Formats: sequence, structure tokens, C-alpha cells
Amino acid sequence: MSSKESPLLEVKNLETFISTPKGEIKPVNNVSFSINKGEIVALVGESGSGKSVSSLSIMGLNASAIQYKPESSIYFKDKDLLRLEEKEMRKIRGNEIAMIFQDPMFSLNPVHTIGKQIAESIVLHKKVKYKEALETALDLLNKVGIPDAKRRLNDYPHQLSGGMRQRVMIAMALACDPQLLIADEPTTALDVTIQAQILNLLRKLQKETGISILLITHDLGVVAEMADRVLVMYCGKIVEEGTVADIFENPLHPYTKGLMSSVPELYGPSKEKLDTIPGIVPNPLELPTGCNFVTRCSYATKKCSQTAPTLLQHPSGNRVSCWNPFGKEGGSAHYETAATSINYRH
Amino acid sequence: MFLKFLARRLLYIIPMLFITTLIVFSFILLIPGDPVLALLGENATPEKIAQLRQQLGLDQPIIVQYLEWLKNALQGDLGRSIFTGQFVHEAVISRFAVTFQLVVTAMIISVLGGMFFAIMSIYYPNSWIDYVSRFFGTIGMSMPNFWLAMLLVLFFSLKLEWVPATGFTSINENPVNFIKGILLPALSLGAVGTAQITRHLRSSLMEVMSADYLRTAYSKGVERWRAIFKHGLQNAMLPVVTTIGILFGNLLGATVVIETIFAIPGMGQLAVNSILQRDFTMLQGVVLVMIIMVIIINFITDLVYAILDPRIEY
Repeated sequence: MSSKESPLLEVKNLETFISTPKGEIKPVNNVSFSINKGEIVALVGESGSGKSVSSLSIMGLNASAIQYKPESSIYFKDKDLLRLEEKEMRKIRGNEIAMIFQDPMFSLNPVHTIGKQIAESIVLHKKVKYKEALETALDLLNKVGIPDAKRRLNDYPHQLSGGMRQRVMIAMALACDPQLLIADEPTTALDVTIQAQILNLLRKLQKETGISILLITHDLGVVAEMADRVLVMYCGKIVEEGTVADIFENPLHPYTKGLMSSVPELYGPSKEKLDTIPGIVPNPLELPTGCNFVTRCSYATKKCSQTAPTLLQHPSGNRVSCWNPFGKEGGSAHYETAATSINYRH
Repeated sequence: MFLKFLARRLLYIIPMLFITTLIVFSFILLIPGDPVLALLGENATPEKIAQLRQQLGLDQPIIVQYLEWLKNALQGDLGRSIFTGQFVHEAVISRFAVTFQLVVTAMIISVLGGMFFAIMSIYYPNSWIDYVSRFFGTIGMSMPNFWLAMLLVLFFSLKLEWVPATGFTSINENPVNFIKGILLPALSLGAVGTAQITRHLRSSLMEVMSADYLRTAYSKGVERWRAIFKHGLQNAMLPVVTTIGILFGNLLGATVVIETIFAIPGMGQLAVNSILQRDFTMLQGVVLVMIIMVIIINFITDLVYAILDPRIEY
């Protein structure tokens, strides 16, 4: 991670809202983070935590009901994506920032051949003829490991398996050599063995091209495998941020800790029952006054239900938004006994 | 593969046609009234009636009549009109050319109009054009075509005198007069179709435009018009193709009314006259040709499906 170089993407105070008859909902509530060149950043959280809205904000593809507060900005290189004309934004989509989605079953157009779909990206952004674009598409299919690529070019999505389709999606996303790839739960809909293949492919392509990746997932296994840095989201806010090693070895936020302990351990003593985080995600219309996690936190104090904490640098390295973070320095050391430590393999 | 599919589909048509002839023949016998009486008048003597009956073959058992008719029909001979003695197949073919031009024009209006309104209302949601298309979507469905026809005649023919109120010119005779003559009948006929296709395509497009693969298209940098035409329309048309196929049959049936109103010498008018005159042989011919048309359209619908949707297994 280079600290001097300015980040490739910088999300600042991103705040989205939806006006409903019952009040305002904030799917993303004052979120700031950055992605450096060549970095893989994981955005982790449960469904409804705001990960997808954050990523679609970068693409400018949120539903029109979702609006942005004026303080929000998303700088990609030197442009604020939130203030870009639609026409300018289209030049960035698929060209400089590309995206792959969760379910490759439904993410490809069923009535177009995959060659046509990949070539479309190229024709839209590069000054090449369709025929040349098809040749590039063939190279891309080879690159993402599709056997018999030449024949596959004329196949329709339904003729491919789920894993193959996700490879096609990746080929399509990489068609114009983008600098940033947003991968929205790229392996969630796939079989476990295929998941590993796709992750390996992404990692290999990342090494080859030096692309930055924003990886959105709720799968901590995927995070451990892939990411350099982790952002943990809860109820539209980032509650903890740190390097993957710090987050896994030394989680500070009770929510992060809860996420860790709800994953089965491969090594170390086996537990009879997996830990779960008690309660459910609060209704976005009735968020608690203080910390959003207060209703589910076993360590909550009076302060937690009165004032919302902010994301601050913690001496141990992570940034955390909690009044009573775990950890040795400055934290509440006595909580250490309450929580089980997790052994994660990197 | 595709040829095999084609051949199989064509084979299906044979039993369908056979059943069709049976239905056409037997149902028409259920129409009340005696053609012989209609021909000879109320005061005919029993001898004369019996004689004519024999002459027309109507004294034979129905099954014999049917087999005789079928045998001739297979050779392209649908008999002679009871009333005028004209060859049925000749009359039907000349009338068919007229009706075909009318129905195809009405279909073109329906499909183009429906696609235009549906696409505009998706591209400009909640705009005036969206409201206009939704309004016509309802009006067009609920307004009876004969009433619309009369309103159109009243306004465009009698008041503005832009086009004639009645009459028909074939397209190969004089294209300009063809358009003048066909415009109002085709509009009255196509209004329902436009409304149906607008409604169906609009909801279908709406669903498709929020599909995951459209999001993928946008994420590639595809612009909205292109997204609709290149990615949305082909998918959205799939269910609409069925509507269009069914619509063709409906329009063919509706020509009975429209051709009568506009005095167009087509099959619909022929059907009405044949019923009034109890001209059974003629009516059988008309209905048979209409049904064959519908069967052919269904066949074409299947083909279009197979072309539009690569997922269909041949």
C-alpha cells in the first residue's frame, strides 16, 4: 500500500437517502473510504448493510429513488463521479470502472451470444470494428480460462455452467482494461469448488493487470483469501476498518468479533455450537439513537445508547467506531475473556 | 436441427386441419334455417323442395355429405355456392386477397403503434406520452371497433372529407387509393391491437428493464436507448409474440363487422352474406380459409419464437 500516492478511488462522506411516506431511510450513512492502486479492499456486512448501495453509487447505477446528500463525493482519479454528467459517466462505466455481479445466471443477456456481449463493451469504448472486438473477446475468453473459447464465442449464456458464466462476466468486465473492478458477491451463487476457481482467477488477473478490486461480500472466507484491507459495514456505516491481518487477528468492534465467531473454525478447538449475533438488524426507519449496534451488543453501556460513536483510529492499528472496543491499548481489556479468539488461516 | 423442428411443426398441422374440417362442416349444419327454403321461398311446393334437395345432395346422410365435401376440398374444390352457383374457392380466394390486405395493414398499425407507445412510455416514465399511452391502452381495449369506425367515418370522411367513407382499392391497382380506402377500416380494426400490444409490451419491458442483465449492460456503459433496443426489446417481445399471434385471429374475426361497415368486399362481408342467405357451402369455405389462416399464423408464431429465443429447444 503506497501512502504518498493519491488513492485511485476516494469515497468521502457518502450519504444516501430514500424518502418514504414513513420517513427517511439512509442505506449509506456518512461513509468514507479509499482504494489505492492495485489494492483489494473487501466491503463486508450483512444484507441491507449498505454494501451494494455503496458500490452502485460508485457506478452511478443506483435506483432513482436513492438520492445523495450534497456533502457526498466519490473521487475517481480527479473526477467526482457523483457530479459527473451521465454522458461522461458512461465513458467511465465498463471502461475505467467495471463491475461483476452476484448471480451469473441472470447477469448475462439470454438472447445474445457471449461473444456479442463481450464485444459490445469494447465497441462502446474503443474505436474498433465489431470484428476486431470479437477477436479481443476471444483473447479475453482464453485469458479467463474458458476451454474451446472459439466455439464458446457463439454460445448463448444458457449453454454455459454457472462458473463459466462468471468467467464470461469477468472477461466482459476486463474487456477495456479498467483500473477498478467492483465485484459484488462474485462467488455467492456458485458451488464451493467453483468459488475457489473464480477467486483464484480474480487473484491471478489482479496480479497480472495490477487492477484495484472492491470486493463486496458477506463471506469472511473470501475476505481472508483475497483482501488486503477490510471495511466492515453495519446499518449503512463503516464500523471497523483495517488490514486483513488486523481485522482477523485483532477485531476491535463487537460486531466484527461477532462476525468472526459465527464462522466455523477449520483449525483449533471445535465448538459445539456456532456463536451467533443475538437479535436482528434494526428497522432502518427506527434506528437506535446512539450506536446502531446497541440493540444487539452484549457490551453496550449507557453511553452507547445515547451518543453514536465515530470511526476513529485505534492504537492497535484498525479504525473503529465503538465506545468500548476490544484490544489491549486504550480498549476494555476485560472483554478479552468474554470473546473467543479465532484462528484464521491466510 | 431447425429443419427438423420445422418439419415436425408442419406435420402437426395435418391432424389439426382434419379436425378443423370436421368442426367447420358439422357446426355450420347447426345454424338454424333451411337453404332450400331460402332459395325457393316460402311458397315452394314439397316436390320442388325435394327435387332441389336431391340436386344439392342435401338428402344424403350427413357423413356422406362430409366425406364427399372433404374429398373435393382436398382437390381444392369447395363446391358451388348454393345461392349463386359460383365456385366457392374462386369467390373465397378473391375475397381473401382483400381481407388479407386489410388485416395485415391493421396488424402493422397494431404492432408499430403498440411498440411506439410502449417504448416511449418506458423511456419517458410518468411523462405526458406515458399517460397518453396508458390512456389509449385502456380506451382502445374497451371501445367497440364498430363504434370507433363510425366515429372515424363521421370525423374524417363526412366532416373533413379527407378519405372516402366506403370502398376498397387493391394495393396492386392503385397504392394511393389503397391507403385512402384502407386507412379508416384498418385504424378501427387496429385500435384494439395497438392497445393490447402497448399494454402487454409495456409491462413486459418494465420487467425486463429491471432485470440483472440490463444492470450489466448499463455497467458496461450502454446508454438507455441502446439498452432498450439492443437488450430489452428482444427479451420483452417474447411474451408479446403470443399476443400478436392471437391478435391476428381476433382481427380476422373482427373483419366481419368492419368490412360490413366500410362496404369492403372481403371475406368478412362474404361470411355475413352467406349466413343471411343460408349459403352453407360458401360459409364453409370462408370459415375453413379463416381457420387455415389462423393455423398458419400460429405456425409462424412458433417460428418467430424459435428465432427470438435461443433457449427454445428444437
